[in-house]
Amino acid sequence: MNEPAFTLKATGRLRRRQLVNQGMGALAAGAALLAVAVLAIVVISVGSRGAGSLNLAFFTQNQAQGFNPKGGGVLFAIVGSVVLVGIATLIALPLGVLVAVYVSELAPPRLARVARMALDISNGIPTIVIGIFVFTILVAAHGQSALAGSIALAIIMLPLIARATEEVLLLVPSSQREASLALGVSRWRTTVQVVIPSALGGILTGTTLAIARVAGETAPLLFLTSLGTSSTADANPLHPLQSLTLVIFSYSDQADPAYQSKAWAAAFTLMCFVLVTSLAAKLALARYRKKLGG
Amino acid sequence: MEAIKTKIEVTEKERLPVVSEREAVFEARDLAVYYGDQRAIDGVNLDIYQRLITAIIGPSGCGKSTFLRTLNRMNDLVPAARLTGQLRYRGIDLYGPGVDAVEVRRRVGMVFQKPNPFHSSIYDNVAYGLRILGMKKDLDERVEKALRAAALWDEVKDRLKDSALGLSGGQQQRLCIARAIAVEPEVVLFDEPASALDPISTSAIEDLMHELKRDYTLVIVTHNMQQAARVADMTAFFGLDVSPDGNRQGVLVEYDETEKIFTNPSDKRTEGYVTGRFG
Repeated sequence: MNEPAFTLKATGRLRRRQLVNQGMGALAAGAALLAVAVLAIVVISVGSRGAGSLNLAFFTQNQAQGFNPKGGGVLFAIVGSVVLVGIATLIALPLGVLVAVYVSELAPPRLARVARMALDISNGIPTIVIGIFVFTILVAAHGQSALAGSIALAIIMLPLIARATEEVLLLVPSSQREASLALGVSRWRTTVQVVIPSALGGILTGTTLAIARVAGETAPLLFLTSLGTSSTADANPLHPLQSLTLVIFSYSDQADPAYQSKAWAAAFTLMCFVLVTSLAAKLALARYRKKLGG
Repeated sequence: MEAIKTKIEVTEKERLPVVSEREAVFEARDLAVYYGDQRAIDGVNLDIYQRLITAIIGPSGCGKSTFLRTLNRMNDLVPAARLTGQLRYRGIDLYGPGVDAVEVRRRVGMVFQKPNPFHSSIYDNVAYGLRILGMKKDLDERVEKALRAAALWDEVKDRLKDSALGLSGGQQQRLCIARAIAVEPEVVLFDEPASALDPISTSAIEDLMHELKRDYTLVIVTHNMQQAARVADMTAFFGLDVSPDGNRQGVLVEYDETEKIFTNPSDKRTEGYVTGRFG
């Protein structure tokens, strides 16, 4: 048997190309690992630093009056955050769904493209710019209030909810719309009775993601609500209220390590809330997509 | 050399009313439909008669479905679609000023190629149109009547609350027919209603069409010539025509009693198509 005059093993140039290939693959894998590691490191370090302050009083008591870094909790910061995000959702959800209905169901294709682009652009507006905008039109004249903060958050949420909703409305098969329209049902009734119910899961998921996103917003709230407010227990949205993000911001600036520990604890609480809600929303969306597809 | 002719059996039907006794429901006059710059059908002149089954046959892309969807203004949903010529429905210009497409569709129902039940219960599928159109009196009776008329009642009466998606394809299509006739339209359009179904379900749908003929005017688009021969009283054959500017458009080649179209067509193109020599 003759030896073949060639070899199928990698030699010379090919050998070098193979090494480059392996090297780049390892680099990409390393980058991906790093991204995951950053999340893990942040969660662990924030958790471990805040652990000392995470006790029952932290969640059930109001902030201590005066200089009392050991006492009190952040109950009304949590309440304030819930009020802020709650009102923002009440404003942004119906508006966002209406915008999505217009873009996906009613608008002529050209206008729909313009509207879609406008939503994507407003998605990219730095949130502090939105904060300044609301400050000049509301706070400068009427003073700080949680409502002003909610409006700023609603402006951030609106394009998020509108785009997420629009995407799930597009997933509803057109045969479902045709079935309804062919019965002599108007476009709007068809949308309300057939299209939106089919897309409800996706709409709720998009909203949850938007909530998770704005719950962590600090910048737009800085000069709209609660910065420098007294620590009285209050939940009236017409008053400036505290919020978790602002507690983190102001406590982390304090010299006393007890305050700093509380800031870490508040950060950990907020982060857990955001992680859990986004995760739940993503899981729900995946399940919902599967259901709609099948 | 004589071409081998495949003979299509034309099913015996009740005697057709003589031409003078037929009442036209739709009258198309020089009808053309455009999608943007593309002409889909051109120069269609056609009367569709009351309480008869009219079949529209022809090769793919000849504008059969386009024509059907102009009859209930479903083409309005295509943004670039427009229409020239005239289409009258019981004497009224269907595309005239002030005519509301929603009202047109209430009177002219439609059953689609693929069964498209709503993702709700069997009962709610049929009750949907009734509720929205305000026909809520005797809702249960109306739902039952529609399901009976669609020959589905006996199969579903014990599980009206079950999801419509659990039904077989043939049952789903009959449910869609029940949903369409529940709101008491005057005309029902069928866009290849059996092309996604097995032969037994197809046969059930065809039997059903014969029953529905007593109360409704039916128009069916079908790819299946045997089906047209079995169910239709009148048959319109659409063909493809290439105009000098290169546009390919559907034209009405021949329209006559089904018997005539399949046994003794006047046009060579019809003969070629029904004997299977082209298309």
